[in-house]
Amino acid sequence: MTNMGASLFAILPELVLTGAILVVILADLLLKARPGRPTAVAVLSCLGLVGSVAAIAAVPGPGAGTSAFGVMIATDGFALFFKGLVYFAAFFGVILGLMSSEIRREQYGEYAILLLCLAMGMGLLAAARNLLMLYLGLEMVSLPSYILTGFRRGDRRSSEAAVKYVIIGAASSGLMLYGFSLLYGLFGTLDLTRIGMGITRLLAGPPTGEHLALAVATLLSLAGFAYKIAAVPFHMWCPDVYEGAPTPFTAFLSVGPKAAGMAALLRFFLTAFGAPVAGAVGGFPWQVLLGILAMVTMTVGNFAALNQENVKRMLAYSSIAHAGYMMMAVAVGSGDAVRSVMLYLPIYLLMNTGAFLAVMAVRERTGSELLTAYRGLGSRSPYLAITLTVFLFSLTGIPPFAGFIGKFYLFAAVLKAGSPFFNVVAVVGVLNSVIALYYYARLVRTAFFEKAGEGEGAVALTEPSRVMLTVLAVPTLILGIYWGPLASLIERSAGMMR
Amino acid sequence: MDYPTTSSLLSWMIFTPMIGVGMILLVLGLRPFLRLSQAFADNFSRTVGLLCSALVMAMALAMWSGFKGGSSAIQFAHHAVWIRQWAVEYFVGVDGISISMVILTGLVFLAGAIASVPWWGRLDDAHHPHFSKKRVPGYWILFLLLETGVLGTFSSLDFFLFYIFWEVMLLPMYFLIGIWGAPPRVEAGGRVRGGPYAAIKFFLYTLAGSVLMLLAMIAIYQHSGPSTLVDGTRTLHTFNILHLTKMFAAGSFSVAPAVFGLTFMHAVFIALFIGFSIKVPMFPFHTWLPDAHVDAPTPISVILAGILLKTGMYGMLRFNLQMLNGAMEWAAWTIGVLGVINIVYGAFVCMAQKDLKKLIAYSSVSHMGFCLLGLAALTPQGVTGCVFQMFSHGIISPMLFLIAGVIYDRAHTREIAGFGGLAERLPEYTGMVGLAFMASLGLPGLAGFIGEVLVFMGGFGATNHAFRGLVAVGALSVIITAGYYLWTMQRMFLGMLNDKWAGLWDMNWRERITLYPLAALTILFGVYPAPIFNLVNTTLHALLPVVGGAVIR
Repeated sequence: MTNMGASLFAILPELVLTGAILVVILADLLLKARPGRPTAVAVLSCLGLVGSVAAIAAVPGPGAGTSAFGVMIATDGFALFFKGLVYFAAFFGVILGLMSSEIRREQYGEYAILLLCLAMGMGLLAAARNLLMLYLGLEMVSLPSYILTGFRRGDRRSSEAAVKYVIIGAASSGLMLYGFSLLYGLFGTLDLTRIGMGITRLLAGPPTGEHLALAVATLLSLAGFAYKIAAVPFHMWCPDVYEGAPTPFTAFLSVGPKAAGMAALLRFFLTAFGAPVAGAVGGFPWQVLLGILAMVTMTVGNFAALNQENVKRMLAYSSIAHAGYMMMAVAVGSGDAVRSVMLYLPIYLLMNTGAFLAVMAVRERTGSELLTAYRGLGSRSPYLAITLTVFLFSLTGIPPFAGFIGKFYLFAAVLKAGSPFFNVVAVVGVLNSVIALYYYARLVRTAFFEKAGEGEGAVALTEPSRVMLTVLAVPTLILGIYWGPLASLIERSAGMMR
Repeated sequence: MDYPTTSSLLSWMIFTPMIGVGMILLVLGLRPFLRLSQAFADNFSRTVGLLCSALVMAMALAMWSGFKGGSSAIQFAHHAVWIRQWAVEYFVGVDGISISMVILTGLVFLAGAIASVPWWGRLDDAHHPHFSKKRVPGYWILFLLLETGVLGTFSSLDFFLFYIFWEVMLLPMYFLIGIWGAPPRVEAGGRVRGGPYAAIKFFLYTLAGSVLMLLAMIAIYQHSGPSTLVDGTRTLHTFNILHLTKMFAAGSFSVAPAVFGLTFMHAVFIALFIGFSIKVPMFPFHTWLPDAHVDAPTPISVILAGILLKTGMYGMLRFNLQMLNGAMEWAAWTIGVLGVINIVYGAFVCMAQKDLKKLIAYSSVSHMGFCLLGLAALTPQGVTGCVFQMFSHGIISPMLFLIAGVIYDRAHTREIAGFGGLAERLPEYTGMVGLAFMASLGLPGLAGFIGEVLVFMGGFGATNHAFRGLVAVGALSVIITAGYYLWTMQRMFLGMLNDKWAGLWDMNWRERITLYPLAALTILFGVYPAPIFNLVNTTLHALLPVVGGAVIR
């Protein structure tokens, strides 16, 4: 699909989104200080996102291996699925931002515009089939993220978080770029498929210095992905950024970029190294490397979350752990593993956004994100406490909540690999879910088993919060019991790459 | 088409409590609109809870009367496809292994429900708020959810469905212990104990076991052979427990790769066994149990001891004995030794207890050890004894916990040494305690004796003669059991009445409604255990290893 017209049609979702961004900018300018301005901006942004999701369905031939602009942007089912997912995440980001008092009304337009740009970046990142495109997507996600993290200009924590984010972001994207340049030097191309063929050829031959160069290039490239999905050892920014950023953006940040980064990571490893997984790539143990990173990531995330007194920070560490769970499956790299990550992410979107929404609701009323603010929440705001419980136990991964189905798919994919190494990974993974229960349940315990302190009255839920909590909690329950339709959607979308 | 639907009674039974939950939620939702009072919502929830428990009991009895005991086939099956991609089915049914437990569930939950209402008798809650008046609708929602979870666990014949129900039991229990249990208190050494602590300990222990079970379940699924769903669709793998059992028996799994140096069957055996043994609870995984029991409200202790511990034992029978039959002999000796450790260790720890409820909790550890020993013997008497012991412990331990609740509701303490001479003030109660204690220590003529004696006989008949040594040790520990019960009896009820307790009053009607039927059943099954044997024997004995070409009968 090399002709320009068809290629333009193939990026229809992005074009719709671009149009929406322009409209929102204009609307924001024209409406100035009118009282309805934030609402109008939000409605337009949501329409834009819904329009792009609808455009995804119109993109022709979501079969395996289709792409646009030469082989720059993939239009396979995998890419389209992830685009839809990240636009949904942005949708929730837009709505949560409107509900939060952390985003000042007069700045809401900027917030929404930046979020839409970020959404587009995520879409491109998820679809990139070329290292250059991949890097552009990554930066397009990163730059608005830095601004949105430091969005509360007067707030020192917010500014500090933004600075940390920029520095670690710059460092890791530098490393990644260096890795890419090595890959280009080795294979003379930026196209992932051709790199994959080059790697197969290289590893089939006798070991030379080029094998070492490949290993270094892979490690360096991995740095960029690890940073984006907040995996160890590039997770240090995560707790500070999550704590400092405005809560609605944190909710978005913990899901959207992670999903896009996961898509890029999957595509990178499976296209470049995927071939016949175990055989041809025998010389380079990238599976073991990723498997170890996954185990370390989830263990570090879970242990660090155990004693956090700030709930946002706790959820930040929990999101690191979840990146670890998904990386287990990335390490396996089979078709089942890809599908399991694809199933996990939408569920994770629901439950994690829900948990952050509850944090936001408590913060709106009490001004605090600390664990102590949740004392007696079960009687101060039963609906909020019950839905929060649903999200937290879903994050733990116990039935009958959707989180369990996600974990089930991940572990099934890992066990199917069948090697002793992946058996160890699976055991470490399930034991980590037990550790995770402790800190999720700690929040539930504070909400239900402890009495409210002096002067801590009812936490009145606003009507939008109640609606959004329901919108997120109901599918979290339903998908836990009946996930057949989602599974078949993924089955259809997973026809990927090559 | 294997195992077609024959009856929907079992499904109705499993989900009747959920209908109750729906009704309570409906009333809670309508409360602001209809201006219903808090008291109305509370009483409505209690009524719904009682009615649902009674209905489940009635359906259980209906199933008992319709159950053909002479067959090891699945009865009352309800079978439908659930998630096609994974070959997950909604498949419930009962056979000889599960029917007795389903009946027991109905009974224990009914007793628990009656013990959860503040009606029919004096309740001294002026200074000590009673759990039955706290957040009442929430309590009943969780109570009924728990009942669905337990019934589903005992009747699932699809591994995935079993796992879901197994985990559904966790959440309600966590909240029931945490919210309605004892408030946090600081013990000697600065340790904080109480409901919240016990609840999370229970949750963590059980989850640790069930995640191992999850891995085993996935591994079994992935190495299972092709099968068919109930609608005739062919599938690559299966979760159907009965199909899996056949595949294991036919050796389909012998080609599965070894796991950590163990054959596939042995590896999943160990993973499942650990998962179940935490729930039993088996030494050394038992430490959650005393905490959970001491700090749970009375009816929840009743349910925990009466039925939740049995889910672990049931899992061993269904999976370790039935499905992984070929590995059972390999593990029998270890299980037998662990069972005897449970018996003896539990009994000795009981001797040292100062708190009546803690003593009863540890006695459960001891008595569940008999089940393990009976299972390990792999003889007809042994496994029958195991199941009978499950059943009799399911009647006797609720009595014991109800008894502990009776005295705690009045005196607000359970310190054994603080009482004395209660027989004078509370003769009826003393009689009931005497009966329950005697039943628990295995007095002939009461239900506890039958299970123990069958286990001992089964152990003596085991092909491995070393079992006789285990049986001897286990049998001698009955003396310790008698010792701690009689000593407790003496300290609490005999001697001089402490003036502090002069104002106590004897049993009220709520306590009578719960205790007398259980006492009657204890005596009935003590002298006439045949109804239980008729239910379970055919299925159980078919599972025993064939030795020398013939099944030992």
